[in-house]
Amino acid sequence: MELRKNYFADVRKDDLNEIGQPRPRSDSPGHVTGKTAFFADRNFPGILHLKMVRSPHHHARIRSIDTSEAEKHPGVVKILTAKDVPHNVYTILILIQVGPEDETVLADGKVRWKGEAVVAVLAETERAAQEAAAKVKVDYEVLPAVFDMEEALKPGAPLVNEYHGQNYYLYDSGECRKVRFGDVEAGFAGADHILEESYQSSPIEHAPTETTGCVVAPEGNDRFTCYTNTQAMFFTLDNTSIILQMPGSKLHFVGGTVGGGFGGKVDVIVEPIAILGAKLTGRPVCFIYSREEEMQISSPRAAEKVVIKDGVMKDGRIVARKVTGYTDAGAYSRHSPYGAQKGAGHYPGPYTIPNVWIDTYCVYTNRTPSSAMRGFGVTIGDFALEVQMDKLARLIGMDPLEFRFINAYRDGDMKAHRQPTEGAALIECMQEASRAANWPVAEKYMAMSSYVKGA
Amino acid sequence: MALALQTFATVKDANAALKAQGTRYLGGGTLVVRAANEGDVSVSGLIRSTEPSLSTIAVAGGKARVGASVTMAAIAGHPELGTLAKAARAVGGPAIRNMATVGGNLFAPAPYGDFAVALLALDATVGTDGGETPIETFLANRDGSRAVVTSVSFTLPKADSFRFLKVSRVKPKGVSVLSIAGALELSSDGTVTSARIALGCMADRPMRARAAEKALIGRKLTADGIAPALAAAGDGTSPITDPIASAWYRAEVLPVHLGRLLLA
Amino acid sequence: MAKVPVQFTLNGSEKAEFIDSGTTLLQALRDKIGDTSPKGGCHQGTCGACSVIIDGELRLSCLTLAETCDGAVISTTSGLSESGVLHPLQRAFLDTFATQCGFCTPGMIMAAKVLLDHTPNPSRDEVVEALSGNICRCTGYEPIIQAVLTAARANSQNAA
Repeated sequence: MELRKNYFADVRKDDLNEIGQPRPRSDSPGHVTGKTAFFADRNFPGILHLKMVRSPHHHARIRSIDTSEAEKHPGVVKILTAKDVPHNVYTILILIQVGPEDETVLADGKVRWKGEAVVAVLAETERAAQEAAAKVKVDYEVLPAVFDMEEALKPGAPLVNEYHGQNYYLYDSGECRKVRFGDVEAGFAGADHILEESYQSSPIEHAPTETTGCVVAPEGNDRFTCYTNTQAMFFTLDNTSIILQMPGSKLHFVGGTVGGGFGGKVDVIVEPIAILGAKLTGRPVCFIYSREEEMQISSPRAAEKVVIKDGVMKDGRIVARKVTGYTDAGAYSRHSPYGAQKGAGHYPGPYTIPNVWIDTYCVYTNRTPSSAMRGFGVTIGDFALEVQMDKLARLIGMDPLEFRFINAYRDGDMKAHRQPTEGAALIECMQEASRAANWPVAEKYMAMSSYVKGA
Repeated sequence: MALALQTFATVKDANAALKAQGTRYLGGGTLVVRAANEGDVSVSGLIRSTEPSLSTIAVAGGKARVGASVTMAAIAGHPELGTLAKAARAVGGPAIRNMATVGGNLFAPAPYGDFAVALLALDATVGTDGGETPIETFLANRDGSRAVVTSVSFTLPKADSFRFLKVSRVKPKGVSVLSIAGALELSSDGTVTSARIALGCMADRPMRARAAEKALIGRKLTADGIAPALAAAGDGTSPITDPIASAWYRAEVLPVHLGRLLLA
Repeated sequence: MAKVPVQFTLNGSEKAEFIDSGTTLLQALRDKIGDTSPKGGCHQGTCGACSVIIDGELRLSCLTLAETCDGAVISTTSGLSESGVLHPLQRAFLDTFATQCGFCTPGMIMAAKVLLDHTPNPSRDEVVEALSGNICRCTGYEPIIQAVLTAARANSQNAA
């Protein structure tokens, strides 16, 4: 069966000339000849190199910063601290009214994770910037740190981020995102079996071959061109405009060529401080992460913990599902409140369950801030859900694929977050998978349809 | 201070230049230039020597003398060093093997330094202008070593008496979980008469597994015969923890891989 | 800071530059000469994006000091196509969709070229080994391996 031709026949035209045909990629000739211009391939005379002095502590108060020795170092042109940044406290999603602003461009009074940016050094050479960075003296008072989400949520845990006031993101729905559908307790009460399991994941780094960075050139008219490998061009431009208190018309962003992103280049980190450096020195500036910075400093996929409690009948029907999800944002929000919210919308998975209860928390810890990565908020949840489905099938002695046929959502079913299902095609995909993988299921499942009522 | 390179025709002159503060010897660059690239500003002067003897391989009378600047690729491709080819090929990818030197490998911190593990099992000696030092002594004192390493020398093992294994998670090239080299001599009935076993990643530098060596003497290379050696394999080890593996994992899998090497 | 003269042949043309001592070949090629086809992915010798061919051997330009290349013959991917005609490896990388983000591609092509220069008809295992020092995070390697095998076949057909 070709889903495109059969299942979607009435919604998709099949007279396309390009789709389904091999076509050369427009960017490949540049790639194979080495002519594609990545951001770091732009070079300007007199370019300055920016190196960041970073926190060696997970959580500490900054008593004082002394840059006097570093300023005298040969080749140093400018040293930036928090007071130099016009609007130092920001958050990326403020553009879509998801606040509060909770992150500093350069640390001010406190550091909340190991590796946080504290002082920016701009020098004639990379080496001079590295040497001067080593001469910056920061006096820290180390504070207790918390690395575990459940510990962070306990009363008396160290407060990670004062801009939130508690170690979780406060949604308009309260301490977590909530989905309530049917009566989950009644569902459990009537179930033949209950299975509660918890699943967890560690942070995952995207490790693109091209590290995060940008090259900034002043245009001489208070306008700045920023060559960047951001995956979020306009988010970056608008946030930079806020941070530097400059109209967007003064910022010209050139990008689109990214040497591997995978979601790891959507945060607004290198561009504002590099543009500020160019503005204050009148010189071109490059700020390019070292490999170590890419692995240790750039946002990873969040660590997650997912607790799933299911009520299931002997005949295979899941009658109640309760999910509690925890997303480890690290010290700052970045995209994680959105990731946790996505999780709430994604559970209970592609299954129709009459009674559903979902809570998803976005939790702050003193770990590296996490952010986007390929399907964040959903991917780890899918891992947990599908392992849980296999365990449930085993519990009631049913074939795991047949168990999924019984519970698969079909067009017209109401999902837990009140969106009616349409264009599901899950039944048909599983029928195709059954054939392709030579994993036979009973004939009644092969006769099912997502589309035709009653089939 | 900016990084600067000085090149000398003789090792003697290079040794004199290395007396200055902040200097380090440059071999293939895979350790020293890497450190500078990553922001290590403690080294400002790089010293190298182009003395021809550093780049020569001499094999005579069952013994080999390999100049310290000889690359892993040169060893892997040398017709008379075939028994060591596997250990040389275990280092890096093709480009690294064209650059990384024998001398440099002696200084590579775990999880690197797989070739030095092989040299340790061969009981090599390390040559400087000051003379020859047993490799085990050299490795123990390498952090304070200042004289240019000029060569390593060893008795060539018989083809069937030398074994080498590198375990990595990525194939064909990956950083070591651990590496093991063994130089074993067997009597005609298959009884082990002498054994030297060297381990990589089981400490911050290559080390000998002396308890396992002792437990092999007089035994045959069968599952039962090697059992006491496997039980003793971890004695005295202090495995590293890094992004490749934890100390616990390395300790757990060491006897498994040592068993595979001995029974191969 | 004392400048050091260095002369080498890059993709068939003579280059002479005064560089700062301690400059890597990668920096010299990119920042002084303007050949940005070698990429700096890790500066640690791990990713292979900076791979170039020096005197017929694959080397990592990020770990090679430029002044040690005096008199050398250096090739990079930017010099591979002649008069706008793609090299068989470049053609094969295009045709088999062996590029995605493109950042690893110049280094991959250099590693593949050295292999084919020495081993015109490599086995799949030999291709995998030859590319083992080059990291690609997009493709999963399979299209790249196919590209190298395809280029080898194209070469042997042209030679026949």
